[in-house]
Amino acid sequence: MRACTVRSKLVSNLAEHVDGDKVLLAFALARSPEGGTLPVLRTQADTASEAYRENREALLTVLAAHEDQLGLARAGGGQRYAERHRQRGRMLARERIELLLDRDAPFLELSPLAAWGTEFTVGAAIVTGIGVVSGVECVIIANDPTVRGGSMNPHTLRKQLRALEIARINRLPLIWLVESGGADLPTQSDLFVPAGRTFHDLTALSAAGIPTIALVFGNSTAGGAYVPGMCDYSVMVDQGAKVFLGGPPLVKMATGEESDDEELGGAEMHSRVSGLSDYFAVDERDCIRLGRQIVRDLSWRKLGPGPSEPADEPLYDPDDLLGIVPADPKTPFDPREVVARVVDGSRFDEYKTLYGTSLVTGWASVHGYPVGILANARGVLFGEEAKKAAEFILLANQTDIPLIFLQNTTGYMVGAQYEQNGIIKDGAKMINAVTNSTVPHITVNIGASYGAGNYGMCGRMYEPRLLFAWPNSKLAVMGPQQLAGVLSIVARQAAQASGKPFDEEADAERRQGVEDQIERESHSFFVTSKLYDDGIIDPRDTRTALGIALSAAHSNEVRGRRGFGVFRM
Amino acid sequence: MPTISKLLVANRGEIAARVMRTARETGMATVAVFSDPDADAPFVREADEAVRLPGASPTDTYLRADLIVRAAQATGADAVHPGYGFLSENAAFARACADAGLVFVGPPAEAIEAMGSKLRAKALMAEAGVPILPGETVHPDDGHEALAAAAERIGFPVLVKAAYGGGGRGMRIVADADELAEAVRGARGEAASAFGDGTVFLERYLEAPRHVEVQVFGDSGGGVVHLFERECSIQRRHQKIIEESPSPAVDDAQREDMGAAAVAAAKAIGYVGAGTVEFLLDDGRFYFLEVNTRLQVEHPVTELVTGLDLVRLQLLVAEGHPLPDEVGEATQRGHAIEARLYAEDPLAGFLPTSGLLHRFRIPETPDVRVDAGVADGSVVGTHYDAMLAKVIARAPARDEACRRLADALARAEIHGVTTNRDLLVAILREDEFRAGRTDTAYLARHDPARLGAPSCDPLTLRLHAAAVALAGQGERRAAAPVLRTAPSGWRNNPSDLQRDAYLAKETQIEVGYRLYGGRTVVEVDGEPLPGVQILDAAADAVHLEVDGVRRRVGVHRAGGAVYVDSPLGSSVLTEVERFPDPEAARAVGSLHAPMPGTVVAVLIEPGDRVSAGQGLVVLEAMKMQHTVHAPDDGVVTEVRVSAGDQVDADAVLAVVGEDEKP
Repeated sequence: MRACTVRSKLVSNLAEHVDGDKVLLAFALARSPEGGTLPVLRTQADTASEAYRENREALLTVLAAHEDQLGLARAGGGQRYAERHRQRGRMLARERIELLLDRDAPFLELSPLAAWGTEFTVGAAIVTGIGVVSGVECVIIANDPTVRGGSMNPHTLRKQLRALEIARINRLPLIWLVESGGADLPTQSDLFVPAGRTFHDLTALSAAGIPTIALVFGNSTAGGAYVPGMCDYSVMVDQGAKVFLGGPPLVKMATGEESDDEELGGAEMHSRVSGLSDYFAVDERDCIRLGRQIVRDLSWRKLGPGPSEPADEPLYDPDDLLGIVPADPKTPFDPREVVARVVDGSRFDEYKTLYGTSLVTGWASVHGYPVGILANARGVLFGEEAKKAAEFILLANQTDIPLIFLQNTTGYMVGAQYEQNGIIKDGAKMINAVTNSTVPHITVNIGASYGAGNYGMCGRMYEPRLLFAWPNSKLAVMGPQQLAGVLSIVARQAAQASGKPFDEEADAERRQGVEDQIERESHSFFVTSKLYDDGIIDPRDTRTALGIALSAAHSNEVRGRRGFGVFRM
Repeated sequence: MPTISKLLVANRGEIAARVMRTARETGMATVAVFSDPDADAPFVREADEAVRLPGASPTDTYLRADLIVRAAQATGADAVHPGYGFLSENAAFARACADAGLVFVGPPAEAIEAMGSKLRAKALMAEAGVPILPGETVHPDDGHEALAAAAERIGFPVLVKAAYGGGGRGMRIVADADELAEAVRGARGEAASAFGDGTVFLERYLEAPRHVEVQVFGDSGGGVVHLFERECSIQRRHQKIIEESPSPAVDDAQREDMGAAAVAAAKAIGYVGAGTVEFLLDDGRFYFLEVNTRLQVEHPVTELVTGLDLVRLQLLVAEGHPLPDEVGEATQRGHAIEARLYAEDPLAGFLPTSGLLHRFRIPETPDVRVDAGVADGSVVGTHYDAMLAKVIARAPARDEACRRLADALARAEIHGVTTNRDLLVAILREDEFRAGRTDTAYLARHDPARLGAPSCDPLTLRLHAAAVALAGQGERRAAAPVLRTAPSGWRNNPSDLQRDAYLAKETQIEVGYRLYGGRTVVEVDGEPLPGVQILDAAADAVHLEVDGVRRRVGVHRAGGAVYVDSPLGSSVLTEVERFPDPEAARAVGSLHAPMPGTVVAVLIEPGDRVSAGQGLVVLEAMKMQHTVHAPDDGVVTEVRVSAGDQVDADAVLAVVGEDEKP
């Protein structure tokens, strides 16, 4: 037995299922309350090995780079603008959020690296996340006024629309901490039309019975005025909120009328005269107090069941994950090592252990919520894996159990044998099942997400309730070498077909260029920047992030799709 | 021989509870009497029966001999124990009991009378050969000259004392002739109001004597024994706060001398029951001070060194039994020391304090006895003596007894009312005290304000504030309606610590912490606690390690405050409101228009005194009249509107200021 970091005395026995000379799965058995035994995962990780040390170092390096980027997101418009903002007696976006949240409750910030690698500030001038306010899990959106006055650019828009979507699909009340100078005009052509969706989605939330609350701290003018306008509740801060369609210069130009900010859109005017403000806040703190009061008065009830399983910590230290994930993305790793550091008590009841072994499926619980887990084991999805996944998804829908997808896939198998065996039909079964499953899905890219595997394993377009990525993960249509190679082969064939000479030197150069481009574009920072996930998480935080995601998903009804019986494929 | 089957205790607080304890053990039923403020006091609940004495002041209640006799008759009690204070040394009451056929547990009325006047007592003692201090009687019509002459005869400084006084009231120290007349007048007034007799006398004042007293016991057969001495030199404002036996200043020979003098004194007045002969010990010589014809507050000290139950002996003697043999054979075994826990603030000149005792817990052990008159939830008022409890420790030797007592007091959880606890602990741990160099000037040498100041170890408050924050955190996590099992305060992009702020008196303390991900940080006022580890953080206790030292910090939230107890001491903190009520920030006393309208009438003028609920301004809007009322009693400082004015909603109509007390 190699070294492992067992943290509990639950492990009392060991039974190994051996397939040939390879250990497929190792169980230790723990006592169940009924006196039987519950299977507990047994780690194979060798924390003393050289590979472990190297893996750990590699992942810590990318985590440090990630932390640097988070720092940029937190800094927003930078020290100078933050100071100026504070001198005006105003709180920063994150300070407002911290005060709004229940003390000591967790807060999951979403897509903090939005707009990374673009001309815009990391974070996209807006903070979004899921947090607990007055005991209710809410989606929180806060404009960051230190970044160009909190004005909206196309990345900001994408991030706020995703937050609105998360509120809708998970049935989470929405609180918007408003202070924005409006649209970033130079990017208006990318903004103006899609930005209208914000107001559409706000009122659609309301129509779906999901409360929307605007806490207006500062500017909320022109189009922005519709944020408090479309919300169920609005609170405005005295001498801070400024909510109007047209400011004094515009009014002067339009009608010749002389006016000032306060009479056009001050908190006092909107609270006493227009009635657009339901609550008059004497200052920012009071505004946050009122926001918390509004949420308390919702008497909110979640529609999904609460946690029902023991939520004990895993037996193994999540810190081990850093050394378990190979530094080389081409090296596969056993996802059970991940499951063992994520699920309650490391308990995992595996389904179809001996069939379609490149995909691991099984039942567990996370923070007390029962889940079904699908995890790629050796990258490739064969027909058996696709059918196993489809069946497993159907089973979860029969019993209303949420699904967690741990992606580490290079896609569906290619080759004559597989095509002839109907890999397309099998892949289609899996994509069909994933698409039409109605239990909550939560996806984590823990290694790679290539090809149609991204779709089958519930990628962004398959509407997981939340989707996270580890910083080491890659996402692209295929690997850089493969993609460059494919392009090269196609070019060579075209040259041959037209009888032209093939320039090997130019091809090598082009191949390298393509490889570099794909490498760059499959990097987790690039992927998260485009909102293809809801944020990069530290692998050690996976259990917590999944717990928050599951709890949020249970704000909505948790009900699987029924109709046909479970197809045995 | 009378047999006592039901005993009424004509007293309150700890002594009532203590007497009833022995009465029950002796097989007697118990009756309490209680004033209105004491209706829920522990001694009332412990009694088999209780009779209300309507009112609050002592003169309406515990000093009403007639009501107490009637209570005894109503309940069928056959004896009355007066405790100490109140009617315990009132000969008329002793007679009233006898007249009503009740056994008075105390000396004969004649003995009380003989000792009631300190002047007469001194004369009697001098006759019996007991050493006394030189003194002179003051006549009500003595002028300045006569007083000065009398004082000169005695020699300055002199002490002005009430003839019928006790407990330091009606007492003045006078250093020279100029102050004398004023001191006599003051003492006389105080004595008259406190003891119903304004007679005072002058006596030689000893600067720093020891106060040593001898416990005596007499039975109706004429037998008198002494049960050794108690030293009660540690006094504040002439009131004892620490008492012990044996006295560190008395050797066997002197003990024998003083005991013999005390027995002679008791015999001289035909003493029966428990009594105390008080002496001043100065420069190896002792002088008679007075006889207390009752059970003393500090009697447990004698009980712990002799193993006798003095109340049991009192009851036996009252029933006419001779003193049992063990009394004569009693010896002093080991050392006992008592501290009186008062509701008072030593840092504010021993001003009595009051309030709700949210918690009152003193760790009792076989060697630490607690005689308490209060319990969790007791209300400490200002009607009566401010003593909450006596804590008495016993050990083979003095230093160990002091240590045990200090430890018990330090570990006590006393929440809600300021006490002299820190002062008591500081005295018990102070070098001069521990060396036995005690005298009545001890607290003049050791400023109680300095000695009694709470521990100034900077770590204490930091640790306590951190513990309060962590306990609050633990409480909130345990009660979280969602995500209860998630790591406390978890962030994937942390921008700040969790923050709380507290007030310790006027000092604001800020605590920040982060507990998740194995990177625990706890900082106080921006400075991290070094090497902090949190082992457990529940609502009522936090176990944390700082700099390699692990401690348990008790946290108790009650009545808007947080009471913290740890091995480093005790603190009281209040949490700074996270979301202060914006209404509180409005100008105090401003009256706002509830809606826009017209002022119909103004019913007040600046300077008017108004009472809560009084109508001040009448507004009319939409054909409805609204009267704006005064929120509290006060004086109108401003009227901003007059009849006919149009006002906006929330406009200030008038301002009512606080009523200045005449």
